[in-house]
Amino acid sequence: MLDLGVWQEILSTMRKNKLRTFLTSFSVFWGIFILMILLGSGTGLQKGVMHNFSDAMNSVWLWGGRTTIAHAGYNTGRQISFKNDDLEFISNHYEALENISGRINLWGGAYSTNYRNEYGDFGIQAINVGFQTTENLKLTNGRLLNFIDIEKYRKVAIIGRIVKERLFKEENPVGKYVNINKIPFLVVGVFDDVHDGEVERLYIPISVAQKTFRPGTQIGTMTFTCGDLSVKESEALLEDIKVKLANKHKVDPEDQSALGSFNALKEYKQMQALFAGIKLFVGIIGVFTLIAGIVGVSNIMLIVVKERTKEFGIRKALGATPRSIIGLIILEALIITSIAGYLGMLSGISLLELIAKNMPASEFFRNPGVDFNIAIGSAILIALAGMLAGFVPARRASRIKPIVALHDE
Amino acid sequence: MSQSIIRVNQLHKSYITGSNSLHVLKGLDIDIQQGEMVSIMGSSGSGKSTLLNILGILDNYDKGEFYLGDTLIKDLNEKKAAWYRNKMIGFVFQSFNLITFKNAMENVALPLYYQKVSRKKRNRIAMEYLEKVGLTEWAHHLPSELSGGQKQRVAIARALINNPKVILADEPTGALDTQTSYEVMELFHEINRSGITMIIVTHENDIAEKTERIIHLKDGVIEKEYKQNHSIRYA
Ligand SMILES: Nc1ncnc2c1ncn2[C@@H]1O[C@H](COP(=O)(O)OP(=O)(O)OP(=O)(O)O)[C@@H](O)[C@H]1O
Ligand SMILES: [Mg+2]
Repeated sequence: MLDLGVWQEILSTMRKNKLRTFLTSFSVFWGIFILMILLGSGTGLQKGVMHNFSDAMNSVWLWGGRTTIAHAGYNTGRQISFKNDDLEFISNHYEALENISGRINLWGGAYSTNYRNEYGDFGIQAINVGFQTTENLKLTNGRLLNFIDIEKYRKVAIIGRIVKERLFKEENPVGKYVNINKIPFLVVGVFDDVHDGEVERLYIPISVAQKTFRPGTQIGTMTFTCGDLSVKESEALLEDIKVKLANKHKVDPEDQSALGSFNALKEYKQMQALFAGIKLFVGIIGVFTLIAGIVGVSNIMLIVVKERTKEFGIRKALGATPRSIIGLIILEALIITSIAGYLGMLSGISLLELIAKNMPASEFFRNPGVDFNIAIGSAILIALAGMLAGFVPARRASRIKPIVALHDE
Repeated sequence: MSQSIIRVNQLHKSYITGSNSLHVLKGLDIDIQQGEMVSIMGSSGSGKSTLLNILGILDNYDKGEFYLGDTLIKDLNEKKAAWYRNKMIGFVFQSFNLITFKNAMENVALPLYYQKVSRKKRNRIAMEYLEKVGLTEWAHHLPSELSGGQKQRVAIARALINNPKVILADEPTGALDTQTSYEVMELFHEINRSGITMIIVTHENDIAEKTERIIHLKDGVIEKEYKQNHSIRYA
């Protein structure tokens, strides 16, 4: 069934029935094409949103706000600020917490940074060592801040990729001094991160900031990671911490704005659940698209076989076996569906690639792409379906008596 | 040294449509010798086409026996039937039955495709047969671009190409004018002279007169049967 003559015969039949070939091809092509776009958009959406989670998945952030409920003799509108002793308090009370850190945000604008004649307004964040893990920095050069830097009040800094590019150009910044409000800091490392905003900044030891820029013991935001606790456990822990801190700061535990918090794990899991949902949805639509493609091909095959009944009658009268008739139909279907399926896959993936290249990545969409195995799998599936769709009417056509087929008008 | 190429004993055939059964062939006995040229006549509905289709293994029969050469053709599987149609029989239809999207040469070559002859070779042979029927110049035309007579000559070339023992022609001149009909009959004579048995269904007397033996069917039985003066044959 696979000798050259058969292929020649089928190809010449396809060439001479261009419209038919085109229609079948197109329905397969379109099905796969749409499927690729659909699946690709799904991943694009997921990648876009998941991209926002650039910090450690198990990080928790806690900050003070103004009270809105009078409590323990205090009026409303009191600003709650965390101090060094709050860090000690939670690290003494909670074994499970890791990378406990404060973070003072010294906003750009008020702090000018320069290296020789290159100036810039960058965010300055004063931190403990653990924050670097929470923020999920990627060190690209030098070293991170360490405990000795904190303890010895060393005026050192690690700088983000963009800071390095703007101030140092091609120069290696490690070992050089940057001035923050004219105070020199030794650059010990360069880091990268996922978002641009996160690399337009410098990190300095929190102890140094508490001496120079913000005299006192305030620590700004408290951050920590909570090991491999589950969402439930981490939520319970966070709740407990907040109650204790509320107590400590004489805040009504019900006061939502006095103590703010963000549990990345919870948000992350919620997103994951959302995407499991979206994936399922896209999957179902995908399956229906495939089914529509298959039904389309089956329909066309049915019509094609019907249309060719007389031809098959003639062929049988001239000595065609039923098998050769089936082969003729199936192989034609196979050629058409596999080529069209392949082209559909290729076009779909190319379009996705084009979109990925030319559309700026956003918070909702980035890098659309299709799992290669799924792409190949669906192309094969539709090709097989095309064959199967051809097989049923083909077998019927091959069994019909030549004289009946010849009478078919 | 004559030898039967087609032998039919007590052949019966009924068509069943729904709950009705139509008894069309009611016990035919026919014996046709190798190299004969026979015409089958009879009024419309007498069963001529039915008989010819059975002889061409395009249809089956209910009762009796049909020998093609020495082989009993009965309840053949499709594969065997295909083989006999391809090797032993050439069929010429009233409505030509050419494949519309194939040109004249490819139509003629098709039986050889089923003998696994390479495309080059079968097209070359097809050209030889097209030359025999005088259509060399029309080889690359589609059937839709040919006249009725030309189409029928393509069909005849196709029936000849696999060198069959018998050619069965069902009203081969039915769709042709008198002049063209005579040309086709001339071609049939030539073919017959090369030793191929010819069986022609017709209801035109002048066509039947050009054959050496005439079988008349009526209501599914042979009404009469006679041989003719050979001089007509070579007139
Ligand atoms: N496939 C079929 N199903 C049912 N009845 C049929 C079928 N083919 C033919 N018949 C009937 O069988 C009878 C004989 O038909 P057949 O075609 O053999 O006649 P014919 O002698 O060739 O006639 P004509 O000269 O008109 O071609 C007719 O009555 C016809 O209606
Ligand atoms: Mg008839």
